[in-house]
Amino acid sequence: MDLILVNLIDGLVTGLLLFMLSAGLTLIFSMMGVLNFAHASFYMLGAYFAYQISLALGFWMGLLIAPLIVGVLGAGVERYGLRRVHQYGHVPELIFTFGLALLIEELVQFLWGKNQMPYDIPEVLNFTAFAIAGNSIPAYKIFMIFISVGIFIGLLYILTKTRVGMIIQAALSYPRTVEALGHNVPLVFMGVFGVGTALAGVAGVIAGPVLGTFPGMAFVLGSIVFVTIVIGGLGSLWGALVASLLIGWITTFAKSYNVRMEDVLNGIGISTPTNLDDNLFRDFWTITSPQIADILPYILMVLILIFRPYGLLGKRDA
Amino acid sequence: MTDQLTTDPAKPAQRMRAGSMSITLMPWIIASLLLLFLPFIFQANSAITIMNQMSITIIFALAYNMLLGQGGMLSFGHAVYMGVGGFACVHIMNMDDFFANIPLPLLPVFGGLFGMGLATIVGAFSTRKAGTVFAMISLGVGELIAACSVIIVAFFGGEEGISGDRTYGMPFFGVEFLQQIEVYYLIAFWVIISAALMYLFSRTPVGRMANAVRDNPERAEFLGYSARWVRFYSFVASGFFAGVAGALFAINYEILTEENLNLVTSGQILLVTFLGGVGFFFGPILGAIVFTLVQTVLSLQTELWAFYAGVLFVATVMFFPGGLAGVLMMHVPAMRLGKAKLLVVPYIKTLLPALIGILGLSALVEMVFHFRHAATGDHEMTLFWTTFDSHTLLPWIVAVVITVAAFWLMRMNMPGMVAAWHQANTVGKDRA
Repeated sequence: MDLILVNLIDGLVTGLLLFMLSAGLTLIFSMMGVLNFAHASFYMLGAYFAYQISLALGFWMGLLIAPLIVGVLGAGVERYGLRRVHQYGHVPELIFTFGLALLIEELVQFLWGKNQMPYDIPEVLNFTAFAIAGNSIPAYKIFMIFISVGIFIGLLYILTKTRVGMIIQAALSYPRTVEALGHNVPLVFMGVFGVGTALAGVAGVIAGPVLGTFPGMAFVLGSIVFVTIVIGGLGSLWGALVASLLIGWITTFAKSYNVRMEDVLNGIGISTPTNLDDNLFRDFWTITSPQIADILPYILMVLILIFRPYGLLGKRDA
Repeated sequence: MTDQLTTDPAKPAQRMRAGSMSITLMPWIIASLLLLFLPFIFQANSAITIMNQMSITIIFALAYNMLLGQGGMLSFGHAVYMGVGGFACVHIMNMDDFFANIPLPLLPVFGGLFGMGLATIVGAFSTRKAGTVFAMISLGVGELIAACSVIIVAFFGGEEGISGDRTYGMPFFGVEFLQQIEVYYLIAFWVIISAALMYLFSRTPVGRMANAVRDNPERAEFLGYSARWVRFYSFVASGFFAGVAGALFAINYEILTEENLNLVTSGQILLVTFLGGVGFFFGPILGAIVFTLVQTVLSLQTELWAFYAGVLFVATVMFFPGGLAGVLMMHVPAMRLGKAKLLVVPYIKTLLPALIGILGLSALVEMVFHFRHAATGDHEMTLFWTTFDSHTLLPWIVAVVITVAAFWLMRMNMPGMVAAWHQANTVGKDRA
């Protein structure tokens, strides 16, 4: 029971982190119909910038400034890159963001090298918040939860209650009408892109110290983020939240409980074949859940795409 | 006016159709002869290794372009079909009794069938939609299979991969494929065969419909074609040729690892294809040749070659969406008008400074890299056959001055080139 609680917290941290990325990605997608492949790269840039700033000004200034720089960079990419490629169609847009992801990874390696950066949790947060049956929960995790929940509530407030949010929502569905009403829709697009990438930057800043700041960090998280928004339904913010939490919990629980495929199959009445070593499916029989924890999201995605192609909460034709 | 049954060369629409339906043999004969005689020109072992790699990449890129260029489907996990074809072939190589009874040149057929089998399974659900959804599914499936390679050790061999020996096959007219040159001719044979088959596929009704579905799926559906099935056929055919490429990889390198399946390989083939140009059949061939050369030559010269390749790729997407083939074909109207020679001088005047500017820029990049990452105390670096101290001011000034001056010169000559371009593409007499 206690272990379940610990895992719930761990899964929540992972899920909320994923959500910070997938929220921006899904917003950008529903606006421009383009999946930003470089989204996770902005997350990585957030971590690296924050590290560089934290060397000079400390962690908190990093948390404040790095997402701003990332957001400005993102807006620049939209303004000078994507808008240019947009005229060629959707597929070149996708290819462009994919190339950008490659380029940013190379750029990071070029500037900071291939090794992991010593970007650490600030001293203030480096203590145990509380313990559940001997399992200590570090304060930093609680801090991460608070930051992400705070951002989520702020985002929801802005999108649903303010004038800016109304214009954004209207521009999502009827960009031409909104433009005819005198709003600068390209500017709105640029702003959304900037805010989305800044959100990814925040995620990078707070995840860098725990998940490690290294050139492969975008790659590790990137494809999971896409899987998340496909599972949640392309373009659905609530879907992204549900899918992020789902993936966070599934992977955490699969890692902490050692369920063996053999036990599962025996449980449903299939007996283990004799001389397993010669069996063609020997690897299938010896699979354990921690082993496949990282590919569970992909399996989930393929299943979702087969049985519910528009995602958990997506509309039929996203 | 009676109905015209034959094509009238005077009517542009019919002429275009007639041109696209007829199959000229000339390029194929030239390509075959070239492949036949290349080893006599480049005899070094390293050259043959590069040519083998090039040929494999050509098949793979052409297969990829069946999806991207001809079908409008962007795949981020196409390495999987090549990889699985290759893995299956290594397993066949290791089946002693079976392998001893089939000649090695037939092995790619098996690789193709395995690639096609996997494509049939995946295509059954992934080709329902094109565009973003297809791209996402391809990415997910690709990652899934790449991740499985570490888990399903029996088939993928875990981290170290699996290896085989091509010489255990049945001798093919006495050839046992011990030497690199014999493998070269085997691969060259398959390049011609698969390229021809892929070209012929693009001329079949299914291939033509793939273009229609790419451009306007709704309209194709109104005409009574199922967009989904057309995509499915292209996907399966592409899977077959990717599998052939995988089999040739297995024959050439005799080892396959997780690297053959992952996103890096998938991304690379996208890069190759797009660089070459997706709009023309020969684009991917061009891309494969150029990319392999750039990869081998640049990676010997600099650690940063992947960075340059990334810059080149993004620049291509932004400024030349037609790729290399697109840029080349842009000049066809000028050639037809017989005015291509008008372009030569302005090109030299603009592109030479541009080239110098780019080299200067890359010199600056290299110097920054050396400044940041060289071992402490190691101040000396060699660039463009000159050795200097990267921690003094002079080389930086020289590089910056050359770069800025070259780009300034390019900008100055740009209007002249644009004017020459318009002139070369205008019908009629030159305005004096």
